[in-house]
Amino acid sequence: MSDVITRKEIDLSAYRVDAAPHEYVDELSRVDAGDARQFLDVGVDPQENGRGGSFIQKDRSVIHCKSCQPGIEIMGISQAQTQHAWLKDYIWKNLSPETDAFTHRVIEAPHEGYFIRSLPGVKASQPVQACLYIASEKFSQHVHNIVIAEENSELHIITGCATAPHLVSGLHVGVSEFYVKKGAKLTFTMIHDWGEQVNVRPRTVTRVEEGGVIVSNYVSLRPVGSLQMFPTTYLEGKGAVARFNSVLVAGKGSHLDVGSRVVLSAPDTRAEIVSRGITSGGTIIARGDLIGKVAGIKAHLECKGLILNEGLMHAIPELSGYAPGVEMSHEAAVGKIDKREIEYLMARGLDEETAISTIVRGFLNVDIDGLPPALKQRLDQTIAETQKDMM
Amino acid sequence: MLLIEELGVEVGGKPILKNVNMHIPDGETHILFGPNGSGKTSLMMTLMGFSGYQVTHGKITFKGEDITDMPIHERAKMGIGISFQRPPTINGLKTRDMVEICAGQRSVDVDALSSQVNFHEFLDRDVNSNFSGGEIKRSELLQLMAQQPDLVLLDEPESGVDLESIVLLGDTINSLLGRGIKRPNQKPHKDTAGERSKSALVITHTGHILDYINADRGQVLYNGVLCCSRNAREILKWIREYGYEECVRCQM
Repeated sequence: MSDVITRKEIDLSAYRVDAAPHEYVDELSRVDAGDARQFLDVGVDPQENGRGGSFIQKDRSVIHCKSCQPGIEIMGISQAQTQHAWLKDYIWKNLSPETDAFTHRVIEAPHEGYFIRSLPGVKASQPVQACLYIASEKFSQHVHNIVIAEENSELHIITGCATAPHLVSGLHVGVSEFYVKKGAKLTFTMIHDWGEQVNVRPRTVTRVEEGGVIVSNYVSLRPVGSLQMFPTTYLEGKGAVARFNSVLVAGKGSHLDVGSRVVLSAPDTRAEIVSRGITSGGTIIARGDLIGKVAGIKAHLECKGLILNEGLMHAIPELSGYAPGVEMSHEAAVGKIDKREIEYLMARGLDEETAISTIVRGFLNVDIDGLPPALKQRLDQTIAETQKDMM
Repeated sequence: MLLIEELGVEVGGKPILKNVNMHIPDGETHILFGPNGSGKTSLMMTLMGFSGYQVTHGKITFKGEDITDMPIHERAKMGIGISFQRPPTINGLKTRDMVEICAGQRSVDVDALSSQVNFHEFLDRDVNSNFSGGEIKRSELLQLMAQQPDLVLLDEPESGVDLESIVLLGDTINSLLGRGIKRPNQKPHKDTAGERSKSALVITHTGHILDYINADRGQVLYNGVLCCSRNAREILKWIREYGYEECVRCQM
């Protein structure tokens, strides 16, 4: 019932499915200065410091694409289809184009998307960065991404999604199919900075084989019109592991409906979902759904929300166990900042306002695996700025 | 240093402290005895200015200034520091950062300070998150060491602490109050002692801490009334022998 009340409808006819093409840039450092600033905010470094490769898409054009590490393939999805005939066994295999109106648009009017693959046994030492960027007014961007971590490989992808500074309205639909093969590890960090009237509909499904690990971090601190995503992960091989962290801030006008579902269908699989949300005038629906199919699985869900000023914080933690011997738990808490914490800090010399902002910063400070230090610093800075706006 | 006059305090509309008078001169350490529920902790919370402790009568003067209605952080800045019995956990705030906060504008060597209380390995953990009783005590003292208050309020520093750690706590409290016997410089002891200006109010109901710190005076709080003020060890002997009931007969 809550879905009916809170789901934001989108009028798809209000958007244009075509945009002018953008020119390819050989050197990422030569990208438009205005764009470069936006990239940095979502963890995409135009200087490519500490990055093992880049994929940049502006509207419907791939404007830069390069791998600096042997054994790591990065290219646009259409090029990948030409190059790898076997890719047909991966495309639209994790989810159907008929899933909803948005996935349907991706098959109807596709606009590229990335293909990133680590070859068997290759352990990427540096993260690959990918950026999906909207610069044309009222453009509806439909990307299809495929990530394959082949057996015993390791891959870290930082995906930053943003819009040009002048952009008012846009729609982003992203279908992402992730394959984590036997013994492989995929760390996927996604940072969003859309815009007050941009609607965002990612559709992600991940399959993890025996001993594979998926770590997914999602950060959305800046205003967004509406965002709705509910990535699903299937842990299909023995001992597969999924860890999902999300950090969400919803100011006035932002509507975030974000959650993750993990299906644990093989013995000894593990899943952990941690979500932190702060609403200050906006809406956050924080979902978490853990499904345990066989004995010997372990899964935990933690969902904490703070309401500053006003807004809606709706935590929906769900656990379903289909066999005896599943071990599943959740903790959810929604509230305001504990006065005792504020006064504790005041007794150490902080004024009330500083005490509150210190607590808020701590609350959002989820330890995210493998984040480059410069990016972590940048996020801390964004949290500090965001928080000033909220107070 | 601290002067409390005719202090009356209510918590949730219920009178907890009734007419408390107390004077702690510069450099003195006073012990506050009293059974559970007598209002000891409420007195400390009131001195620090916590919400929920409504002063209904009287006033509190610190360093000559009336602080009865002063916000918590201003009292802290003036030099009052408190060690909590059950401090809240602050998720995502590392103990190291908390110690820095305590130091305010001063620069501190957090690592060096923390090794003094054997707390180094906790610096990168969230403050108070899953700390044991003894770990909380050390964390609180570490924070006070960075804060350097002139008046230290300690709420049952020995509770939940094993015998081995209580020695360390005693030493730490003594050095916090400038009463340690470790010679910090080449000055003779009488000069160091002469400079001493740090005061303390220490809550205890077992009195064990008296074996480790030097008290100048003891006070007994019974049922919201301060009913005795004399040598701390003497009071402790009386309480051990006859219980708190005896103190009531002596009510000041």
